[in-house]
Amino acid sequence: MELILSAGIGTLTASGVYLLLRPRTYQVVIGLSLLSYAVNLFIFGMGRLRVNAPPILEPGGVGDLARHTDPLAQALVLTAIVIGFAMTALFLVVLLASRGFTGTDHVDGREQRGD
Amino acid sequence: MTDWLQHLPVLPVIVPLAVAAALIPVDERERTLKGSISFLSTVAVFVVAMILMRLSAAGEGALPGAGVYQLGNWPAPFGIVLVVDRLSALMLCLTSGLALAAQVYSMARWHTAGHHFHSLLQLLVAGINGAVLTGDLFNLFVFFEMMLAASYGLLLHGSGPLRVKAGLHYVAINLAASSLFLVGVSLIYGATGTLNMADLATKLPALAPESRMLVETGAAVLGIAFLVKSGMWPLSFWLPTAYAATTPPVAAIFAVLTKVGIYVIIRLGLLVFGTAAGASAGFGQSWLLAGGMATIAFGAIGVLASQAMGRLAGYSVLVSSGTLLAAIGLGHPEMIAGALFYLVSSTLTIAAFFLLIELVERGRDAAADVLAVTMEAFGDFDENEEEEEVGVAIPGTMAVLGLCFLVCAVLLSGLPPLSGFIAKFTLLHGLFDVPAAGQARTISAADWTYVALIILSGLAAMIAMNRIGIRTFWASIEGTVPRVVVIEITPVVVLLAACIFLSFQAGPAMRYMQATADDLLNPGGYSDRVLTAPRAGGQ
Repeated sequence: MELILSAGIGTLTASGVYLLLRPRTYQVVIGLSLLSYAVNLFIFGMGRLRVNAPPILEPGGVGDLARHTDPLAQALVLTAIVIGFAMTALFLVVLLASRGFTGTDHVDGREQRGD
Repeated sequence: MTDWLQHLPVLPVIVPLAVAAALIPVDERERTLKGSISFLSTVAVFVVAMILMRLSAAGEGALPGAGVYQLGNWPAPFGIVLVVDRLSALMLCLTSGLALAAQVYSMARWHTAGHHFHSLLQLLVAGINGAVLTGDLFNLFVFFEMMLAASYGLLLHGSGPLRVKAGLHYVAINLAASSLFLVGVSLIYGATGTLNMADLATKLPALAPESRMLVETGAAVLGIAFLVKSGMWPLSFWLPTAYAATTPPVAAIFAVLTKVGIYVIIRLGLLVFGTAAGASAGFGQSWLLAGGMATIAFGAIGVLASQAMGRLAGYSVLVSSGTLLAAIGLGHPEMIAGALFYLVSSTLTIAAFFLLIELVERGRDAAADVLAVTMEAFGDFDENEEEEEVGVAIPGTMAVLGLCFLVCAVLLSGLPPLSGFIAKFTLLHGLFDVPAAGQARTISAADWTYVALIILSGLAAMIAMNRIGIRTFWASIEGTVPRVVVIEITPVVVLLAACIFLSFQAGPAMRYMQATADDLLNPGGYSDRVLTAPRAGGQ
């Protein structure tokens, strides 16, 4: 479990950073999304990994810390997902505007030789 | 009466938020109406900020609920709190004051350049106010995102290839920085189990070494996110381009955005990693010092190198950020008050300068600029023509603009008698302050380097302002005198007047800053206040 999660975060971050540094705006958007997925998983991991433990009390259930997982980290992830989603949408709009103005999808608005 | 006062701390967030939402469905053609509503809301926020500042100046006891506002009436480590103290009240005043100036200025013509200008501005104000008020790290992230989302919209206001290109870079960099922000916050949460700043400060000294390492890593990652915002050297290449590309009222309010990053660094640095933090005390200061000094040097070179006034102002923002960061990095408690005074004075100056630039440049065309550069390089080639122009009166508009420019130049380069000089003087005075008898303090090489950098950056600003001023105001008038509306020059004059007022009232202002610095240097007081605040309605 820990190994899968950490390998997942690592792969997503590495791919995200690589794409973020690419010269095409579309690659940058995908890179930013991958990066935000990695960050969301990371926040989730910071609440400690527990299998088969619910984050909320059932009605009538006993509040026993040993049987529950940390709900706060999950709440944080939810907020982060919403914000990340909105920002990606906003970036897409800027990307399209830039494409419309310059006719190219290069991040600097003009093609460079050798790309 | 007391019930009403109790909710005072939340108003600077709620009012702009509600007004922003209410303005969206109003038809775009009713711009004057939208502008007026938005103006009234900012006036209300400014008044609230002034009241909060007055109350907090009298001491925390004077504030309703000791300045702690519990959202949802949950006590501190569990619920989110808004905390008013001298520093946050000061930032509220500064933000709403700048927003007022930007708003009045925009109503002459700039708010017609795109949609929803006033809503975006209100959202920006709500985001900044929330960020300076909140006492919770994750809530800080949410307010930061709100502020950034509004700033993306404002940067792109007016559209055009240049703005969209600068906006693309700005958005990409800030989204990457936001990811770092989240990583830092979650690391700190994972290691300490709390997101409340006051709770974090009390828990840190007792942490086990392996958790302490995680907290410090988290704080470092978090710090990078704030340093991107405040424009520290290797992270600041986006800043001059973005600030120069945007519309003038937006650039003026953006002058405070870098200071929000610095505010968070001051707040968290002194609260969490202050003297009481045990082994982590003073964490990251050497990085701030080195980065801050590099920022001053880079900014000063940029100021000298820039031909356009917009870029000059952008690099001045960097110089101001660097001066503050390095002052924090030096870690002398005596310098904090001076740094706060400098923060206020330089922000007001740069905002006024951003507004002034556009008015001055309105009358010039690009060809005249090229001509001016050519004339500098090859000498004056139309000396004969100038003989005939003797006796031409300087138009009134140019005289007013020139006067404002002069005041800006004096403030930016830190010449006496205005507040720019007082700010730098208090910084240096704090640096050389002789401690109480018996303690010898050596002035280190870093201190001397800082002094040299501050003075040289002032010189650079003076040379650059001289050059641009001569080229603009002493050149022969090329026919078109810029047409300037009264509501455009008023904000500039008011902002500069605020600086002049600060110069004359430096005594009371410095007493306030000193009290703020004393607050900040006593993190235990803040923590106690937040953690022991009673719930509203008993218990």
